[in-house]
Amino acid sequence: MLTLLFDGIAYGMLLFVLSVGLAVTMGLMNFINLAHGAFAMAGGYTTVLLMNRLGVPFLATLPLAFLFTALLGAAFERTLYRPMYNRPHLDQVLFSIGLVFMAVTGVDYIIGSQQQMISVPSWLQGRFDLADVGIGKYRLFIIIVCGLLTVALQMILSRTRFGSRLRAAVDDPRVAQGLGINVNQVFLLTFAVGSGLAGLGGALGAEVLGLEPIFPLKFMVYFLIVVSVGGTTTITGPLLAALLLGIADVFGKYYAPKLGAFIVYALMIAILTWRPQGLFGQKGSK
Amino acid sequence: MQKRQLLKAIFPLALALSGSQALAQAAPFKIGFILPMTGQSASTGRQIEAAAKLYMAQNGSTVAGRKIALIIKDDAGVADSTRRIAQELVVNDKVDVLAGFGLTPLAMATAPIATQSKTPMVVTAAATSVITTASPYIVRTSFTLPQAAVAMGEWAGKNKIKKVVTLVTDYAPGIDAEKFFKSQFQLNGGEIVAEIRSPLRSPDFAPFLQKVRDAKPDAVFVFLPSGQGAAFMKQFAERGLDKSGIKLIGTGDITDDDQLNDMGDVALGVVTAQHYSASHNSPTNKKFVQAFEAANKFRPNFMAVAGYDGMRVIYKALEATKGKGGGDALLEAMKGQVFESPRGQVMIDAQTRDVVHDIYIRKVERVNGQLWNQEFDVQKAVKDPGKLGAK
Repeated sequence: MLTLLFDGIAYGMLLFVLSVGLAVTMGLMNFINLAHGAFAMAGGYTTVLLMNRLGVPFLATLPLAFLFTALLGAAFERTLYRPMYNRPHLDQVLFSIGLVFMAVTGVDYIIGSQQQMISVPSWLQGRFDLADVGIGKYRLFIIIVCGLLTVALQMILSRTRFGSRLRAAVDDPRVAQGLGINVNQVFLLTFAVGSGLAGLGGALGAEVLGLEPIFPLKFMVYFLIVVSVGGTTTITGPLLAALLLGIADVFGKYYAPKLGAFIVYALMIAILTWRPQGLFGQKGSK
Repeated sequence: MQKRQLLKAIFPLALALSGSQALAQAAPFKIGFILPMTGQSASTGRQIEAAAKLYMAQNGSTVAGRKIALIIKDDAGVADSTRRIAQELVVNDKVDVLAGFGLTPLAMATAPIATQSKTPMVVTAAATSVITTASPYIVRTSFTLPQAAVAMGEWAGKNKIKKVVTLVTDYAPGIDAEKFFKSQFQLNGGEIVAEIRSPLRSPDFAPFLQKVRDAKPDAVFVFLPSGQGAAFMKQFAERGLDKSGIKLIGTGDITDDDQLNDMGDVALGVVTAQHYSASHNSPTNKKFVQAFEAANKFRPNFMAVAGYDGMRVIYKALEATKGKGGGDALLEAMKGQVFESPRGQVMIDAQTRDVVHDIYIRKVERVNGQLWNQEFDVQKAVKDPGKLGAK
């Protein structure tokens, strides 16, 4: 029972890191970026290729995965995304879903479509029992990393100068510009960090979720559920949504495997009927 | 005057006749393989393509005076595309034989096209029992899951395994595997403690494995679609199930030769039932594996051998029709073929058009630094139990 809870939390944390970047771009920058999963996949493949082809140790690949995807995100923001900011949402959706399909076939063509395997260091393998709760070491690692990340993100957004600039730039870009904030730069940086987080999530998830070219499509629904249930104005919203989703998914599969993914969707519908703006969304926010 | 008119009438007719005859001799015999070359089941497509090409390289590309043309199309494992591609192959390319079909739904979606166009359809992968009943033009060279599952149920029942949890993927082949394992195992006095079905696209096996652990069975019987075995095995170890005394048994899909070497020590000792292992000890197989590995960078698995035998069945059928081909004639010639395959003796049952072959019980062992499915027991000439009992 508690073991299940633990598994659910780990799964939820992973979903959170994977989707928090999307919450940032979608909520803060008001851009529907369905290609978010493609960045996550890029991070995953960075880790896999570094480990399997170049023999880089697992822990070292994590920051590299973050960095690489962040740079990739920055480059894309500069060239492809910026012209789309002022377009209607439908255009953004079509544009980003196109990117997803290109990423899927691109990876398939270059690397091949087989499942990619990594082996994490031995001290992260296996599990131990703590007062009857079976704790997978790797899952514990995920929880710790993701927990630290959440705290850091929350601090940056609410306590730092960059955080306030970002919030100002989002609320009214023209006034912010007038106040001397370089809005373009703020957005560029935010987008890069969002993509980088996705990449880190993909790298962490390669061991648990598996990695193959259809990854962005396979998890798109999960990202969107996390973001829509959690609301996009805070970090805590998506965090709680991701945890709820992860725990519900694990418990559902254990106790009612016949219902499959139904539980997750039912939960989402219930929450959104109750609070259409998401658990922590503010009424009237965009 | 009359003579002239007669000539006028005869001449184009003669031309047309001779023309079509010449055309028939020159036209290549087209085999249209529809395989998942991308997507989740891509390894299946890759294996079968490599095997089909190997067969052509070894046996020449001309049969009874007709050139063989191999057309390979990718359906990415989506039934919708399979059906569309099959239609295009039949109508536009005018293929003589359809072949391939990586998953059950793909084969089922194409069956009506085979029936309507009277095109033989050689199934070289999909393994649900019911497939061959979907069209009288379907011939299968792969295997059926009930064949493997029943053999496993028989073996488990006789080898001190009393309580079993079944864990299968929730789609037709998984349900086949579950059903036939269960009935045979219970017949041998075994008890099924829990039946778990996991969704086809489940990203995480954790909750299912936890359930297995909590049920404390002697063994867990597993079926997963080809290609997912390695990911499963990893989580099996992560959860410590390998150390808690729960045996892992299943159909050969989980210790797929294509991935076996990547699984590492956790795969050691896993017992499976299947019709083919790359380590099968026969001269025919040694030659096959050697040639296959020389031409490709990977080991042949049970999909490859099905593709290889599929080509053999098509070649011999064309030979039997003396190069003429034709849907019904080819089909007749495919039925009842008996031959020596890399997997052992194989027969295409004339009544069910399904494959009859030996099912081996194998155990994963390390030999010369590599992991292999080592065969240690066999059930001879197993017919598909799915068709024996039902209907």
